[in-house]
Amino acid sequence: MNKKSDFPIFESYPDLVYLDSAATTQKPTHVIDAISNYYSSEYGTVHRGVYELSVASTRRYNAARMAIQSFINAPSSRNVVFTTGTTHSINLVAFGYACHYVKEGDEILITEVEHHANIVPWQQVAQRKGAHLKFVPVTDSGEIDIDVFSSLITKKTKLIAMAHISNVLGSIFPVHEITAIAKENGIPVLIDGAQAIAHEPIDMVTLDPDFYCFSGHKLYGPTGIGVCYISDRMLDKMQPILFGGDMIETVKKEQTTFAPAPLRFEAGTPPIAQVIGLHAAVDFMQSLDFNAVKEKETHLVELVIGELRSIKNVRIIGNAKQRSSAVSFTIDGIHPHDIGSILDSENIAIRVGHHCSQPTMIRYGVPATARVSFGVYNNEDDVHAFLRALQAVLEVFG
Amino acid sequence: MQKNIKKLYQQVLLDHNKNPRNFKLIENPTHVARGVNPLCGDEYQLYLRIEKDIVQEVGFKGEGCAISKSVSSMMTQAIIGQHVHHVIELKDQFITMLTEEISEHDAGHLLGHLTIFESVKDFPIRVKCATLIWRALEAAINQTSTNVSTE
Ligand SMILES: Cc1ncc(COP(=O)(O)O)c(C=O)c1O
Repeated sequence: MNKKSDFPIFESYPDLVYLDSAATTQKPTHVIDAISNYYSSEYGTVHRGVYELSVASTRRYNAARMAIQSFINAPSSRNVVFTTGTTHSINLVAFGYACHYVKEGDEILITEVEHHANIVPWQQVAQRKGAHLKFVPVTDSGEIDIDVFSSLITKKTKLIAMAHISNVLGSIFPVHEITAIAKENGIPVLIDGAQAIAHEPIDMVTLDPDFYCFSGHKLYGPTGIGVCYISDRMLDKMQPILFGGDMIETVKKEQTTFAPAPLRFEAGTPPIAQVIGLHAAVDFMQSLDFNAVKEKETHLVELVIGELRSIKNVRIIGNAKQRSSAVSFTIDGIHPHDIGSILDSENIAIRVGHHCSQPTMIRYGVPATARVSFGVYNNEDDVHAFLRALQAVLEVFG
Repeated sequence: MQKNIKKLYQQVLLDHNKNPRNFKLIENPTHVARGVNPLCGDEYQLYLRIEKDIVQEVGFKGEGCAISKSVSSMMTQAIIGQHVHHVIELKDQFITMLTEEISEHDAGHLLGHLTIFESVKDFPIRVKCATLIWRALEAAINQTSTNVSTE
């Protein structure tokens, strides 16, 4: 399976070894063409024009919503709200839902290894409401102990938010168990699916979270587009956080009534081309043999972990049994930034730093890590190129 | 490996990274500042004892990449025993060397060994690493703000 040929970036940079798909994925021709064709031959605004271009754009916009509904197996397309990305989606839930239901003394429960996007909005809600933000601890290997998690739930817990897959540790968290326990206790759950959407089968009916958030750009789609899945039971409880055109039903000087969901959460002219690009990305994903993709990613992860373990002074941060394709590591005496610069000089793109998750760095007692992560275009050659360059790093710092 | 990366990670730099000089707290500092690069989490504390306008003692603590650490180490050596005016000039020359279009040759007659960091310019992302401790130095001397951030 040679997927590199689907991605023009590898034509522009034949030597590129791209190992940062957890940050953002490269774009396949199918997505680039969809956006480009849309702008060149079909572009118009949505929801208002009576002319052909606008009618066609609206049709495409709605078709995209339905394609995404089917991709994540949501009960209805009204559960699929377009946002600008995961960050926006989480903020929508924090300020459109949590802010209205969380009261003084209540608790919001998240893990201690979340991305800043799944910490800071809750911190803000907690500060404004006088509520407490509590953290589920994660084991040294990067796992959540379900009993420990359960023990942290109290009568005051008003919301649980956690990543499906950790962007630093690569751990796949037991979200099915978590949502089941939350449901028993009547607590809404938000799952941050940013890292999962391109790597795990996502099924809203089976998982049945209250909210599920992801970004298009980590799914081979464009930036500036994401999704907030909102369950039926939550749709009526949510308030919009953006007000203006498109989200209304009727506007009078004194009073406005809102459009039904999902439009009521999509104020303003939406990112139409990005929505169409996301549709193309979903098509692209569905054209792949998902099991084969997973098998290959698992193989690459095992390969890279096996080799890293054999290098002296390398520490892998995150050794969960259930793991996805992001692998963080440190090397004693060599700062991740220096690793990153040296790899970059060999055209190898990896992520170094705190990965927008400073609490995770503190948890594992490191200032930063280096992280390799895979996408559908990666192969064994990429891993070997990475490992060769890593040897060069070790030589420089000898 | 590409040549400029070799030039960047010269032996001197690696030596200072491994064994940073003046990597310590000092007693009774008259000037202190903290430098952080929020993007990568580099963080240093700089301590100075300046008496009669002369840097009598200097120390730094903290954590960061080889570039930020070796620059810090060499900076402490360059400023110890120097007059504050000279220190400020040194700082200006160093920052100019990395942020403006000048040749290595003109980089600043005061910089001496510190000119080895000229090659950081080839790695624009890393310029902040090299200037971090100098910004902290600036803040410490001015005592305007004792927290500096590269962002
Ligand atoms: C786990 C996780 N959550 C949230 C985000 C934020 O996504 P975005 O920056 O696309 O809003 C990311 C991406 O960096 C992530 O990895």
